[in-house]
Amino acid sequence: MNVFLTSIFVIVSVITLVGALGVVMARTVFASGLWLILSFAGVAGLYVLLEAPFLAAAQILIYVGAVAVLILFAVMLTRRVMGDPGVSQNNSQWGAAAVVAALMFIVLSLTSVQNWRPSTESPPLLAVNALGEAFLGPYLLPFEIVSVVLLVALVGAIILARE
Amino acid sequence: MADFLSQFMPAWLALIIQHVVVGAVLVVFALTNMLGITWIERKVIGRLQDRIGANRAGPFGLLQPLADMVKILTKEDITPTAASRVIYNLGPLLVVPPALLVFAVLPFGAGVSGSDLNIGLLYIFAVASTSTLGILIAGWGSNNKYSLLGAMRAVAQMVSYEVPQALSIIGIVMLSGSLSLQQIVQRQSEIGWFVLLQPLAFVIFLIAAMAEVNRTPFDLPEAESEIIAGHHTEYSGLKFGMFYLAEYINVFFISALAATLFLGGYQIPFVPANNPVHTILGPFVLIGKTFAFVFLTIWLRGTLPRVRVDHLMGFAWKALVPLCLLNIFMTAVLMPLVGLWSANLGISEAYIAIPVMLLANAVLAGLVLWWAGRSTRRRETRLAEQVVPAQ
Amino acid sequence: MVESVPLGAYLVVAAALFAIGLYGALARRHAIAILMGVELMLNAVNVNLVAFWRYLSPANMSGQVFATFIIALAAAEAAIGLALFIAIYRSRDTVSVEEVNLMKW
Repeated sequence: MNVFLTSIFVIVSVITLVGALGVVMARTVFASGLWLILSFAGVAGLYVLLEAPFLAAAQILIYVGAVAVLILFAVMLTRRVMGDPGVSQNNSQWGAAAVVAALMFIVLSLTSVQNWRPSTESPPLLAVNALGEAFLGPYLLPFEIVSVVLLVALVGAIILARE
Repeated sequence: MADFLSQFMPAWLALIIQHVVVGAVLVVFALTNMLGITWIERKVIGRLQDRIGANRAGPFGLLQPLADMVKILTKEDITPTAASRVIYNLGPLLVVPPALLVFAVLPFGAGVSGSDLNIGLLYIFAVASTSTLGILIAGWGSNNKYSLLGAMRAVAQMVSYEVPQALSIIGIVMLSGSLSLQQIVQRQSEIGWFVLLQPLAFVIFLIAAMAEVNRTPFDLPEAESEIIAGHHTEYSGLKFGMFYLAEYINVFFISALAATLFLGGYQIPFVPANNPVHTILGPFVLIGKTFAFVFLTIWLRGTLPRVRVDHLMGFAWKALVPLCLLNIFMTAVLMPLVGLWSANLGISEAYIAIPVMLLANAVLAGLVLWWAGRSTRRRETRLAEQVVPAQ
Repeated sequence: MVESVPLGAYLVVAAALFAIGLYGALARRHAIAILMGVELMLNAVNVNLVAFWRYLSPANMSGQVFATFIIALAAAEAAIGLALFIAIYRSRDTVSVEEVNLMKW
């Protein structure tokens, strides 16, 4: 079982990272969007491995089903020279950006060499119910604020995008 | 089964074999039903249009689906020269898996389902929402303006109608206190079928589901009189077959979901839930209820003309979504009261819940219809006043 | 689960995802591609949150709660961002961030 789960973790991680690399390497924005979907799906797989099925479903529903579709839609609506593979998709500072990103990776990876002591507890049996109670209990205020933010975003997006 | 197999092989291999077998059974089940639906659709549409329908291949044209399949498989496979090959081929490939994956959580009997997920309903909506991607990619990959128009229409429609579809079942989730389809069916044996408790949600769900699977009267993405065939204009042979397959499997699944959520799933009316007859007849009862809904969709297709694009979006956002929210609010107010009354009066919950919810739904529906009628009349009189008389 | 993959492995994957997203946000010219980079970074943060939740305090749902908040806010951000890009495209006929320079002088 050990080897089995580990190999699944490796496969899902590789999918996620290859998708992410595809996003930043692809020669057209539409192709970037397709790679992005792969990466989002990989992250959903990581959530499943982490025993957070609700988040995995939310990830697929919101990111793959809505955000990715929205992004592809926007790519279609704003196409011009940028869709043409002849034009470089990177700006002049991409070298510096790569160095910064590599340094960032090294710094963030240092967290993993810490001696984390995993808790022996297991997640609640009905994690979705526990999550709901957390939303309407200790996190009620942030929850309401997030709903207001979503409402404002909805109205704002309509006002911005209409002619 | 995994327990039995694990005597001969490592546990993980047994687990994989079990999942593969269950998956294969579900896929074969979906495919055979899809073939049946294409035949039923041809016959029923034929009768509705005063024709006989398919009658050449086999008795009553029963072999027509197979003949169709052979025709589709032997057609020439064309890739437009201007299309980007990878994206063009990716489209049909992405349409079929979501249509099949959703069957995993459908309950065929007490404890009989591919996988009884705790988040079953959310899983269904998550997986179903990815089917838009295939259409979008197909429309873009074809490099044809009609394909692109069709894909954009499809995406706008499917994303919009996902909202009322998801909101309409919130009432059910509140009543059953779970997202697991097994538990939702269980709960219906205690409190009564949800079609009696949530009739408004039922109607909204049906409308939204029809739009979600692009069936007439919501088949604008492939409106042949306006944009040829929408996103599958450029596809032929097997690739077109994939879209066709996904469409009919979606119709079947949406019907099965409606039967499960609102008509008690595998349960036989007036037979107690623990009666062993359910284990034998359950799957057949579910299929029977499902085909009742399939017939309804075909009937609607034969009856209603296509909706106009602007009406379509306005209807989802201005009519269905507010109505869903009202329904959720009503359910949230009434259900604790019903629980309280049944505890005080000592009557079973179902006997109070059904009349109370029916009455509340009727009042709400009456108010909404009255308001809609009044505002439509006002708009029409206003438009009539604006008309400049001809000289 | 906890015994087959160490927490560090998740942290490295999330760090790599974050770094790739950062590179995308810094190096791309197309505004929508930059938005994709930002989305990748938000996903990396979420993976970290959920991994810490699972390994360090599975009984307390805070990690999942905040991951859900981030998903909701990322969706709002994407909707607003794309609406902005479409508005910019209407007036400037481009979404390349280098050509949208009205505010520069």
